[in-house]
Amino acid sequence: MSQGELAAVARRARHLTEELRQGVRKTCKDVIDVSSGDLHSAGLKPLSFSRQVFAACLYPELMNSNKLPVDVRQRAQWLLGSCAGGSVGSYTAAAGIPNIVNSVSEFIRRRDGAPSYPENIYISPGSQWSITNILKLMLNSKASPRTGVLIPVPCHSTTILSIVDLGGAIVPYYLSENLGWELQVAELHRALESAKGVCKPTALYVINPGNPTGHLQTRKSIQAVIQFVAEKKLFLLADEVYQDYVHGENEFVSYKRVLAEMGPPFSETVELASFHSVSKGVMGECGLRGGYVELVNVDPAVMKHVYTLFSKDTCAPVLAQIALNVMVNPPRRGDPSHRLYTVETEHIKTTLLHNARRAYEVTNSLPGVCCQPMDGGAFIFPRLALPPKAIQKAKEAGTEPDIFYCNRLLEDAGILTAPGCQFGQREGTYHVRFCILVPVATMEELLRRLTSFHTQFMAEFS
Amino acid sequence: MSAMRWRLLAPRNVRLLDRGRSERSAGGNGAQPARALSSPPVSASPPGRTLSSLSATRRGLPKAKMSENGVVPRAKVLTIDTMNPTVKNVEYAVRGPIVARAVELERELSEGMKKPFAEVIKANIGDAHAMGQQPITFFRQVLALCSYPELLNDSTFPDDAKSRARRILQSCGGNSMGSYSASQGIDSVRQDVARYIERRDGGVPCDPNNVYLTTGASDGIMTMLKLLVCGEGMTRTGVMISIPQYPLYSAALAELGAVQINYYLNEEKCWSLDISELQRALDEARNHCNPRALCIINPGNPTGQVQSRECIEDVIRFAAKEGLFLMADEVYQDNVYAEGCQFHSFKKVLFEMGPEYSDTVELASFHSTSKCYMGECGFRGGYMEIINMDDDVKAQLTKLVSVRLCPPVPGQALMDLVVNPPQPGEPSYDNFIKERSATLSALAEKAKLTEQILNTVEGISCNPVQGAMYSFPRIIIPEKAVKEATDKGQQPDMFYCMKMLEETGICLVPGSGFGQKDGTYHFRMTILPPRDKLQILLNKVQEFHQKFTQHYS
Repeated sequence: MSQGELAAVARRARHLTEELRQGVRKTCKDVIDVSSGDLHSAGLKPLSFSRQVFAACLYPELMNSNKLPVDVRQRAQWLLGSCAGGSVGSYTAAAGIPNIVNSVSEFIRRRDGAPSYPENIYISPGSQWSITNILKLMLNSKASPRTGVLIPVPCHSTTILSIVDLGGAIVPYYLSENLGWELQVAELHRALESAKGVCKPTALYVINPGNPTGHLQTRKSIQAVIQFVAEKKLFLLADEVYQDYVHGENEFVSYKRVLAEMGPPFSETVELASFHSVSKGVMGECGLRGGYVELVNVDPAVMKHVYTLFSKDTCAPVLAQIALNVMVNPPRRGDPSHRLYTVETEHIKTTLLHNARRAYEVTNSLPGVCCQPMDGGAFIFPRLALPPKAIQKAKEAGTEPDIFYCNRLLEDAGILTAPGCQFGQREGTYHVRFCILVPVATMEELLRRLTSFHTQFMAEFS
Repeated sequence: MSAMRWRLLAPRNVRLLDRGRSERSAGGNGAQPARALSSPPVSASPPGRTLSSLSATRRGLPKAKMSENGVVPRAKVLTIDTMNPTVKNVEYAVRGPIVARAVELERELSEGMKKPFAEVIKANIGDAHAMGQQPITFFRQVLALCSYPELLNDSTFPDDAKSRARRILQSCGGNSMGSYSASQGIDSVRQDVARYIERRDGGVPCDPNNVYLTTGASDGIMTMLKLLVCGEGMTRTGVMISIPQYPLYSAALAELGAVQINYYLNEEKCWSLDISELQRALDEARNHCNPRALCIINPGNPTGQVQSRECIEDVIRFAAKEGLFLMADEVYQDNVYAEGCQFHSFKKVLFEMGPEYSDTVELASFHSTSKCYMGECGFRGGYMEIINMDDDVKAQLTKLVSVRLCPPVPGQALMDLVVNPPQPGEPSYDNFIKERSATLSALAEKAKLTEQILNTVEGISCNPVQGAMYSFPRIIIPEKAVKEATDKGQQPDMFYCMKMLEETGICLVPGSGFGQKDGTYHFRMTILPPRDKLQILLNKVQEFHQKFTQHYS
């Protein structure tokens, strides 16, 4: 499958999934929608502290009584004091409210033990927005040869489409499914080779923890990637929005941290953009549209243009910026809201751990289904060994085999998922992606229905 | 007129469908020689594991230096030479260098530095709340309820706010504003927007499927321009935009590598739009590009002019005759102050002109929660309505917006309230009307005050501020000052505004940021500060102008 086809299929599949999702919302059918990583939609609750802070910022009259805990009121007061005219309705600085940008910078420094400079951080309406802006700096639709961006396969489709829509070329590197979707540097080399004469690769995009794979990179793996981009002169784009979802033994380590630890020359030369978001983690505030990019070792002259690009978009929504502040600076031990915050976040973490384990167990128990161990992320991405008759039926229907499976899964079992072709996969392989961030009861129901459906499906097409 | 519907955006013209065809001229992004570019590390790196050697890059201040030992550092992947050339041409004056300086001055003031002024006034940006305008209570109550639904049990919130919040939450996944919505926007909100448009336009039907919610109007404008721009060389898309214009347009066109076609508004006639000028600009442009779209901002930014109905009809006829896609930026539609002026939506006028036009002219209209009486810029709420777009192209548009995932849900919720405000009889109605009227009449008063005071100053002449949120007076800059500016490599009005900033703390945007006739100079100043403060500001501007003129005479 050519790069162009991969992108086109991904676009079509994604569009179909979105249509189905809207259709499902409209009807009152009892459909379990695990097609996207949307916690609240799935039934998990927003955090009380953040929502109280939003309410107080939106309607400051609430602070005139003791309805809200004192730390909520203090935070809201501090945030409103950081807004022009004391209102969340004002524009902010293009890169975000300075106090909030500083708190993001502080968070990064605490997380990584390495310096982080607020001037290098831009808050945007979602991580994809900043990814697109950074891509805009590199991708010129008129360039000949086209500018290439190495992307993992599988990869979530938004970035693929952004690259293509900006006139860039995607250079796929295949993650090693049999090794738990590991990233192999040899494969990076192969991908780069394959781009010779086709496009001019300029950047390498990684997702860690992986989407849809759930793979969590080891420190060694990250180092190897950094060495690769340094050697091959590529700009490194590290999408780390799932960094709070770790359910294995290993820790999340950021690209920035590893880069800093590697010291010069890498730490002084490798150009890195790291992305994070309020859409995931314990906040799950996808609908607010908030994210940020931290830029490292970017040419100061180019940074001026980064500023102009972001400033033309005016600024990120203020409520999202506030959410970001809560995310990087949650209630601390001793704060009145800390106990409830802990209870709520523990619940989400326990749910994730439980669901990851159960989903892995159950999917692997199904005939013809093989799921790699996941260390992190919000999804499970099992491979389906579809019977030839099913594949034939799909072809007759003029659809991809995994789309065919997913459609039947929706119709017969009321589960809405995303087909593997939406993310790219090796030719002849089929996958399906489920979000595992749903209430435990929902997951159990899903697995029950899936087991029953899959058994029937395999019997039907045997 | 041919009975056949001629679509400007027929699928073959849409760039999105052109991928795969090799149509790109040589770009030249070859290997570049190494440049000494990195700023020196912030602190010396100790041997072994270092935690401190990541470069700090300061925004806005070029620091291209050799590293300390004279060795040329490794060339970067992304440099001025290797980056996307179109991005280099992007400028956005509203938040440009003068604002950077204003922020610096604020910092210096807060650090105790002595200045000829006590505070920096940012009269550069159309941000009402920043200048003290109050939000609409009802809107904020509903949004607070949506954020933290436990408040639905709170008796201090009015019932109508609660029922609105419930309705909005029901339309959100998991009853939370934190869920993704459909990329085109929440269905029920789009339906409410459609009904608002119908009411506003005296019953002209609106199909909710033609309504797209956006992240501010800017997002919608950018998306439409992306859809429109294609071609190469002589066939490269040209887009007509007024001079002066809101610099998002010039920035977007630069970024997309489109051809900007300037049509000059007539300053002598209160910034009116002359069809003959449109024709002149178009005919000239046809020599070097393929004009496809005509952008019009009504009420105008920065000029504030409110187009007459006749003028709008003329523009529609012109667009029909010349085969142009109309982009009507109507974000200031409630900001109309002058006697005898009225807002007429392009959509309404189009349909009232009958099927000859309403069946054929392709139109996109834009609105936002940032202006009018709401002033809720920070929510990034907006919508666009698309008329007569080819179905296939519309499908492409829908796919294009889906890559953005969805517009911010609080902004969508707010837009829902804007198009569906309290009705007579509802508990919040009286207060809502009171607040809205107070805000709009304050703006009208300040518009008048601005025009009055500025016109008393010799060397400043200000057209009536008929609408929007700005004055855009013409200033006479003495020759000596023009020379000094030019010697410095600065636009004369930037030179003027910088001086004003340094001496009075007032931050304005020079006319060169918006475009103006050669040899003329302007500045844009908002009418947003509270009346008393505005009066003081205007007097300071007067003082400054007199001093400046004297100094450079």
